[in-house]
Amino acid sequence: MRQWPAAFARFCYEFVVGDTPELALGVAVIIVGAWLLVRTVGPGTFWCIPLAVVVLMVATLWHAISGAPS
Amino acid sequence: MTGTLLIALAVFGACAVESVEALTIVLAVGLTRGWRSALEGAGAAGLCLVVVVAACGPALVHYVPLSTLRVVVGSLLLVLGLQWLRKALLRASGYKAKHDEDAIYRREVERLSSLPRAGSGRDAVGFAISFKGVLLEGTEVVMIVLTLGLSSGHLTVAALAALAAVVIVGLVGVAVSRQLSEVPENAMKLAVGMMLVTFGTFWGGEGAGVNWPGADLSLLALLAGYAALSWVAVRVLTRTRFPRAAGEAG
Repeated sequence: MRQWPAAFARFCYEFVVGDTPELALGVAVIIVGAWLLVRTVGPGTFWCIPLAVVVLMVATLWHAISGAPS
Repeated sequence: MTGTLLIALAVFGACAVESVEALTIVLAVGLTRGWRSALEGAGAAGLCLVVVVAACGPALVHYVPLSTLRVVVGSLLLVLGLQWLRKALLRASGYKAKHDEDAIYRREVERLSSLPRAGSGRDAVGFAISFKGVLLEGTEVVMIVLTLGLSSGHLTVAALAALAAVVIVGLVGVAVSRQLSEVPENAMKLAVGMMLVTFGTFWGGEGAGVNWPGADLSLLALLAGYAALSWVAVRVLTRTRFPRAAGEAG
């Protein structure tokens, strides 16, 4: 019974982070960055989020193919 | 209206993909260990998932402020969507092997046939494997139903879309009496991944305080942008993976 919290935490970690920790970290940076940008520049900075998502997607794909066997 | 339709489509697609994977396990259990334990295991897991949605959905809406919910939900959807999209793009371009339901089915049947059986009555192994398979595949769907349904205020639409996908995939599976290996799973995963990233971007931004131009209509612009990016990504990745074949074809 005492193992349940640890097993649940492990399941959550695997579910959200899994084998792509760069995506979880990147998304956290994007959301916090957007929050800071809205407070300093204004709410019209909507374009920064999709732009950052595209950069993150390209980076994770680059990371995946650079490690793939040819 | 645009948002509701996209939510229904995203949930339906995600649930259909996961249902195909769950159906493969249930069919393998049913044919090797008996239909009673396979269906009871699947039914019990389905009931657990429905209880989670019914219990967590209203409670989260009641106790968590919408802006907080949208930041958390947006982040979760972005992570899940990017994971799905990344995997689907790598599979579409040949960098990763496609999900082979036939191979998984054969492996499961072989493994289950070798396990000892109880004399009569309910087969505990069959029940447990069917239960675990449906529960694990369904957890991702529950997460998507809850996040999409709660942030948009359309939990019922999301739940009904999920139910429709389960029923349709189940009926088709029963009708053809085998695993659905011909379902274009990767294409569906790609489409759902794009939708999840779209909603994640939208709600993550709203939660952070961003004003989207055109409100819900910007969902369509985001989806179109991510679709274009995915198309370019598949072409570029395929060229880098198979340079000679791409050169001959072009």
